[in-house]
Formats: sequence, C-alpha cells, structure tokens
Amino acid sequence: MYTYTEFDHDFLATRNAQFRAQVERRLSGALTEDEFKPLRLMNGLYLQLHAYMLRVAIPYGTLSSAQMRKLADVADRWDKGYGHFTTRQNIQFNWPRLRDVPDMLDALAEAGLHAIQTSGNCVRNVTADHFAGAAADEIADPRPVAELLRQWSTDHPEFQFLPRKFKIAITGSPRDRAATRAHDIGLRMVTQQGVPGFEVSVGGGLGRTPFIGQVLTPFLPEADLLPYVEAILSAYNSYGRRDNKYKARIKIMVQELGVDEVRARVDRRFNALRAEWKGADRAILRDLQAEFAPPAFRTTNTGAYDDARQNDPVFRSWTETNLHPHRAAGYAIVTVSLKAHGATPGDATATQMRTLADLAESYGHSELRISHEQNVILPHVHKSDLPALHARLRAEGLATANIGLISDIIACPGMDYCALATARSIPVAQDIAQHFAARELDIGAMKIKISGCINACGHHHLGHIGILGLDRAGVENYQITLGGDATEAAALGQRTGPGFAHDQVIPALDRLMNAYLALRDGPSETFIDTLRRLGHAPFKAALYERDEDARAA
Amino acid sequence: MSRQFTPSVLTANDLLEGDVIYLDPADRWVRELDRARLFTDARAAAEALDMAEGQQDRLVGAYLAPAIAAPEGPQPGHFREAFRAQGPSNYAHGKQAQA
Ligand code: SF4
Repeated sequence: MYTYTEFDHDFLATRNAQFRAQVERRLSGALTEDEFKPLRLMNGLYLQLHAYMLRVAIPYGTLSSAQMRKLADVADRWDKGYGHFTTRQNIQFNWPRLRDVPDMLDALAEAGLHAIQTSGNCVRNVTADHFAGAAADEIADPRPVAELLRQWSTDHPEFQFLPRKFKIAITGSPRDRAATRAHDIGLRMVTQQGVPGFEVSVGGGLGRTPFIGQVLTPFLPEADLLPYVEAILSAYNSYGRRDNKYKARIKIMVQELGVDEVRARVDRRFNALRAEWKGADRAILRDLQAEFAPPAFRTTNTGAYDDARQNDPVFRSWTETNLHPHRAAGYAIVTVSLKAHGATPGDATATQMRTLADLAESYGHSELRISHEQNVILPHVHKSDLPALHARLRAEGLATANIGLISDIIACPGMDYCALATARSIPVAQDIAQHFAARELDIGAMKIKISGCINACGHHHLGHIGILGLDRAGVENYQITLGGDATEAAALGQRTGPGFAHDQVIPALDRLMNAYLALRDGPSETFIDTLRRLGHAPFKAALYERDEDARAA
Repeated sequence: MSRQFTPSVLTANDLLEGDVIYLDPADRWVRELDRARLFTDARAAAEALDMAEGQQDRLVGAYLAPAIAAPEGPQPGHFREAFRAQGPSNYAHGKQAQA
C-alpha cells in the first residue's frame, strides 16, 4: 500500500491549517457564506438537510487497518458513532459540527486520509476495482496508476476550475467491477500482444442525461497514460460548456462534437504534450509499483476450510456468496456485507470498523477495500483462516451471506440526509431486503440500485432493477428501470412506465419477481439473462398488472 | 396578478451546528417547527427573509418553507420539510432524538 511521504504530510498539514483559518474567519463573520462555501466544498464539507456532512476520500477504495481505526475514532469522537460508505469509495460523516471539522481533518491526516477534491469542479477521488491486486482475473494491479493519478490531479493548477466535476475510474482486469463506462474517463486494462495497456473510454456518466462512455482508444500504452489523461482534461477544459451547468460535463462535449472530433482534439493536444513529459511520471510510477507489491502469500493447506464447508451449512452458504477467486493459490477475496437485512446500505458503526480493522490485521495483511457497491472487502485471506474469520464476523453481525443477491442493494442517502434529494432511498432498500430475504437464494443474482434524485449517486441506471425516487406533486414516487448493467457489458436501464407510490414499490417488485420465477429457464437463468432473452414486455406487463399481456408472453 | 401566497415558515440551517432552525413570532431562532411563526402575508414573509439574509454570522441558506396551520403550531407543508423537522427515518437521530 502507498504510505504518505513527508511531502504528502506537509501538503495536508498546510491545507488543513488553511482550512482551519477559513473556518475561523467564517465564524468571526469575516467571510460570508458565499465566500466560504467554495472553500468548504474544496475540503469535502457539505451542508445537508439536518447537519453538515464531511466526505472523506478513500482513494481507489484502499484502506489500511490503521486508517479504518482512524475512521472509527472520528465517527466516535465527532459524529454519531458510524459512517456511510458511498458509491464513490468515499466515507461520509453525517453529523459533524462546523467548529470540529478542522480537528477531524487533522485527525484524518495522521492516518494519511483527506477530504480534498471530494467536491467541486475538479478531478474527484479516483475509483478502482475493489478486488484490485487480488483478483484472479486481473492483468495487473491498477492502484499504482490510480495513486499516480491522485498525486497528479491533487491541487493541479490547471484543473481546479473545470467546467464541472470530473470522475475517473480504473480497473486492472478486463472484467469491469468499477463501472468504468459510467465515468468521465474509464480506464480498463487490456493486453495487446501480451503487453498491458488501457482501453480508454470517455463521456460516460449517469445523472440527468445518462450515457455509457465511448471508446476513445482501444489500446493506450501504459507509458502514455498520464499525458493522454492530461490531454483529455485539457481538451475538455477549453471546450466544456461553462455557460450551462446541465451541459458542462464532458459527456455533453462528446455528444455535441461526436467521439471522433473529441478524439482528434485529444490527439492534437496529446501530440503537443507528450514530448513535455520527460519521464518523471514513469519514475514515480515505478516507485509506486514497489509500494503496491503484493504481500508475502503463505502456502499452507486448506483442510480447515474444506472441513468447515462440509460440516457447517451456514459457513458454506456464506462462502458461496461472499468469496471471490484470488490470484494466489489457497487464498480468497472476502466481501463483508454492509447490507444486513433491514440495515442502511453502506453504513458501518465504529465498532464494526474496528472489528474489520482487527480482522484485516489478523487474517488479511492489514488491508481493506471499500467497494462502490458499499461493502467492505478483505482482499487477501488464506482459506484456512476463513472459518475463524467467519466466526468473528458472525459474532459482530457482519456475516450476512448476500453478496450479489437481491438484498445487496446500492442506495444513496436520499432524502433522509441529502439536501438535493427528491425522495428517500434508504427505507426502500430496507424494505426490499427484508421482504425478499427468505426468497433471495431462489431469486439468485440481482443488482438493485436506488437513487433519491436524478443525480443518480445510487447508479440506478445501471441496476438490473433501477429505482429512482421523485417528488410527484408533493408525494414520493418511484420510477423503475430494467436492464441496466455496470459491467464491461455496460448498459443503461430502460424506464418501464409510470412510477409507484412508496407503499406500492414492494407489491410491484413482488409481481416482477413472480414473473421472473415463472418465466426463467430454470434456476440457473438469472433475472438479467431472462430479461435479455424475453425482452421487457412480459416484465412490464407484470409490473403494471396487465394480466393478458403477461399470459400472452 | 400575483399568485396567492402559500402559508410559510422562515427556516434555515444553524451556522455552527448545521441543524434546522425556524424563526418564531418574537424573531428568535428556534429548533422546533411547531414553535415557528406562520406567515400568511407575502410582504411580511419577504421582509423577514431579508432580515434573515442579513444574519450571515448565525445561519445559512434561509428560505420560506410551506407550512400548514394547526392548533399545536405549524405543520410541514411538504414531505421534505417533515424530514427536516424530524430527522432521518433510518435512525432516531436529529430532532426526533432531542424531542
Ligand atoms: S442521488 Fe440525489 S439524493 Fe441521492 S445522494 Fe445523490 S444527490 Fe443526493
């Protein structure tokens, strides 16, 4: 893992001291809110419905045990004893007081954590595959590149006032677990004649006008990455529509100019820039690669694991949903669900954070990951340790065996917290998880994603079932989309028709699930596959209770 | 001609705590919606809003929120205002915890 250098520590200390002085001036009345707001946003501090909210970056989703403990301490000392992990691999504290925020930032800095560029029109926290450095299907760990991007984009003078926010996601695997095609820039590692490089997509994004990113180049040599990304930012920075907030994202530039013209502009800029990069980035990347060297994997037998699977059905069912194949023999990637049935998706108490930090220390080389799907990952656990790990997780209420199932829901904070929301998300997720708990193994693989407004932080467009909460004449109303996909087969869901009142969402999903169970070609055909095979008509018919259509299908 | 004025309360977030505050009939900021002054007159409401915008050192983001008259004091006129007056629905935090 990357550990902060003296330069990083000094930089953060300076920034935090500046912010402390800015808060003082706000409190003394020397700064108005209009003057202060951009300053606080640059430091991740929002004002939400009930309180301030501090958004702290978890760069590329990677945390050490020490950092996780620091998050727990901050939650206990200055918040209400919990934090909320978001789809952008950030953690949000929902209840800080303005006066305390400088102390919170100083405490976070002790562990190499910050809230810089978690808001504002700049390059935001770079997100990555949460299985990075561990996945069996990975070409290479993308995190050295992600860290290089973090260092390069932090306080980059040319890109502090972009037309709009800018999000980059990266995966080192051809399998896309980072929803790269839904980002302003998506980087997906691929190989050409055995040499690794990146497929670069541009102009993806959700929100009001959702688009799947378009491929700018199918193969970019790794050595060209930073100059090429800079060329994209630069072309966007000079074209981007600063006149209209709703047209200011790079996705609109791609729509207006067409991807070929964007490519031509990027290439022109790239050709001018590349020569100016004298290789310092390559040297830094090499150092970073050393920092992200894999831990020393053990080679012991997995007998304890095999025995426990034989003898303990609860353990076995957890291994079937919550483990993924690791690149090292005898190891597994463990996903710890933050989606206990009825819990708030992505919330973890300080106690749970400390437990996870301890478990990572005991069994997982002190490494943790936060997924954009709002779960916690222990990326390197030897299978022989899994029975003991599982027992500890069970004791702490962290052994929910539901990864990839209907209750493993993404939900944004919605109107329970967010000032921009048009409806709630969390109670909808809670209700769905509880309602379908008994049937979820039968229903099988399912991605439900819920947003509390058109900004789509809950990625609803990418859900097999997407739910968007709206305000229809002063009443919460939920629009359903079907067929979204966040993987390398990225697709936007299609709206089914009129929305449903809050208390009609569960009955509607019940009809949808009943239709799926009746229509599927056996238990191995997943919901999304059945939808693709049959089209949307029979599912829409079920949602809107058009029995005749349903029978005809 | 001008639209009919929707009865409203004047609300904002407290600068230090960030929590929701309301203007009461004595021009003090209080934390409970049912103690707020209910404006039924557009002009009086606009004047109060002006006054609040001058209190930068005390509050953030003042606005007029729809409310409904009731014997026990103003009630939320929109579900967003109901959540602001009460707190989130997933935990008993916020105002509902202080009640
Ligand atoms: S989708 Fe809307 S409601 Fe949900 S967190 Fe984003 S801005 Fe807030």
